[in-house]
Amino acid sequence: MVRLHDLPVEELFTSGHRLCAGCGAGIIMRMTMKALRGPTIVVNATGCVEVSSTIYPYTSWKVSWVHVAFENAAAVASGIEAAYKAMRRRGAWDKHVDVIAIAGDGGTFDIGIQALSGALERGHDFLYICYDNEAYMNTGIQRSGATPHGAATTTSPAGKKIPGKPEFKKDLIGICAAHGIEYAATASPAYWSDYITKVRKGLEVNGPAVIHVFSPCPLGMRHDSSKSIEIARLAVQTRYWPVYEVERGKYKLNIKVPQPKPLIEFLKMQERFRHLFQPEFQHELEALQRWVDDNWRRITALCGETT
Amino acid sequence: MARLMGLTGNEAIAYAVKQCNVDVVAAYPITPQTIMVEVISEYVHNGEINAEFICVESEHSAMSACVGASLTGARVFTATASQGLALMHEMLYIASGLRCPIVMGVANRALSAPINIHGDHSDMMGSRDCGWIQIYAENAQEAYDWIIQAFKIAEDPRVLLPVSVNIDGFILSHSMEGVSVLDDEDVLSFLPPRKPVITVDPDKPITVGALCLPDYYFEIKFQQIQALKEAYNVIREVNREYEKLTGRRYDFVDSYAMDDADAAIVCLGSTAGTAKAVARWLRSEGKKVGVVKPWVYRPFPEEELIKALGDVKALAVLDKACSFGAPFNALCSDIIATLYRYGKDIKVFNCLYGLGGRDITPNDLKAIFNDALEIAKTGIVKEYMKFIGVRE
Repeated sequence: MVRLHDLPVEELFTSGHRLCAGCGAGIIMRMTMKALRGPTIVVNATGCVEVSSTIYPYTSWKVSWVHVAFENAAAVASGIEAAYKAMRRRGAWDKHVDVIAIAGDGGTFDIGIQALSGALERGHDFLYICYDNEAYMNTGIQRSGATPHGAATTTSPAGKKIPGKPEFKKDLIGICAAHGIEYAATASPAYWSDYITKVRKGLEVNGPAVIHVFSPCPLGMRHDSSKSIEIARLAVQTRYWPVYEVERGKYKLNIKVPQPKPLIEFLKMQERFRHLFQPEFQHELEALQRWVDDNWRRITALCGETT
Repeated sequence: MARLMGLTGNEAIAYAVKQCNVDVVAAYPITPQTIMVEVISEYVHNGEINAEFICVESEHSAMSACVGASLTGARVFTATASQGLALMHEMLYIASGLRCPIVMGVANRALSAPINIHGDHSDMMGSRDCGWIQIYAENAQEAYDWIIQAFKIAEDPRVLLPVSVNIDGFILSHSMEGVSVLDDEDVLSFLPPRKPVITVDPDKPITVGALCLPDYYFEIKFQQIQALKEAYNVIREVNREYEKLTGRRYDFVDSYAMDDADAAIVCLGSTAGTAKAVARWLRSEGKKVGVVKPWVYRPFPEEELIKALGDVKALAVLDKACSFGAPFNALCSDIIATLYRYGKDIKVFNCLYGLGGRDITPNDLKAIFNDALEIAKTGIVKEYMKFIGVRE
């Protein structure tokens, strides 16, 4: 595990970007840049981080950074990785280049899943980071395949009949691990050392690696912007967001939660879940709790843990 | 020393790509282009070329990977057709907007629905405003020659735009012809390794693809317009240099028997070959007809077209793609706009032909020439839009 004094002082994701106060993604980008080990190119899918960090003629990035479109960060990364391979072979380039693709949950779970699956299957040497704020926050909070059950978004509103999103969240890491890649992991910015260590590990792997990191969003999850890291910590401590890694198919729980905090502590801090506390939607709250319990049991079983 | 090889259009393009020493090919199979990527895969698997072949999971990812690769300074090729080009549509604009000198072979094919695998120009015409340089070849030889020239045009620092080289699906993609090919060394001397101007070099960090709001977007698009204008000069230079090497003369426009022609057909691609044969036949009967074939469709060669048309009185413009609901189809609209701009009073009618691979026969073309000659004589256009060979 990386320690605080191991981290470089230099900021490669600089201040001046226009992300919201308390944005988890901004914190995650800064941490990501602390894990670099050499020449790096970042490929950023369309999304909050992209639109807020590179408003022409400004940029927050001190590494080479490419944005092409929404659904194709993994495909663009494939092209960059392949190009350096070919150019190294013909002597036009001599160094290893780390390629990091960064996308939100919309760009990963939904519109980008095909390009991601293709790139993982082809085995390109790159790290894919999905910062998951659990909805299309950039376009104004629409539900995605990553939005949890019950959460209110503008396309899954807390209606009188349908209270929030009826469906449950996709298992992204399960999908990625099923490609037989060497490294996949979840993380939370509240556990910075775990996250930065994982980014470095993902870069060191010879082949594709995926990190799925929880990204608090004051605007979309509707929480106090000073509480982002607290929420990111509660997500883990309530077992809502299990932090684990899958190395060559072997699951390992990185943060044990023997005495979970009540899920409602996490939910109550976010207005997106407010309607679930109305008595008539009690069953929805229970359904979400059941999903959290089942997911925890499933993941810990895969990790060989007994709870 | 040049050699003669028996190659289909697809194979001719693949062979040219091999000789151009590409670094990355990212492509997805689609009829009638598939053989291009199959042959390139063979070159890669047999160690005949250094390229990385990325077997992407879609054409959208093909062009995405090409953009990523091109930004590093690599030489990049892809190929597609029909639905594949349509799926790439979003990325075509990004490739030109990010100034990636990618070269793409397109075996033109009809668009669904109904699904049809045969040749027409709906695919490329549907993307004609994507900011790419667009070239149409008449035969396998031209396809081979244009691919080699395309890389040199695309990668020129004055241009930095992607180029598509179009061949008629099946008619050219699958027909074998004798193709005169250059020695590898001659191609290398004509087309040395790419010297990129700006790359995403991790040692000299840059930001590519930033968000441009109303205060900058227009200027960046304007630069693209200027680059296409600049491409005009570069295409001419490259054509002349290639002529020195091969003796084969390429230009913006290919014209046949136009010196004293009263009437002419304007068309793209392989149809021009048939039209030239029919013109020769009609000339032997004393009818003054000619053929004009734009090799380069974008940037549209207005000046060269006007020159090629000379004193012709009537034109039949043949379109192999339908611009639904438009006054004329794409090529015809461009021709009419050009005539208007140059104040030329040439009578024009538009023929829509060949959709979904419907054959256009010498007799069809003879009838079109005769209609054009009649208009040249009378000055009266009775039908501005004809549908060739369709059962109404």
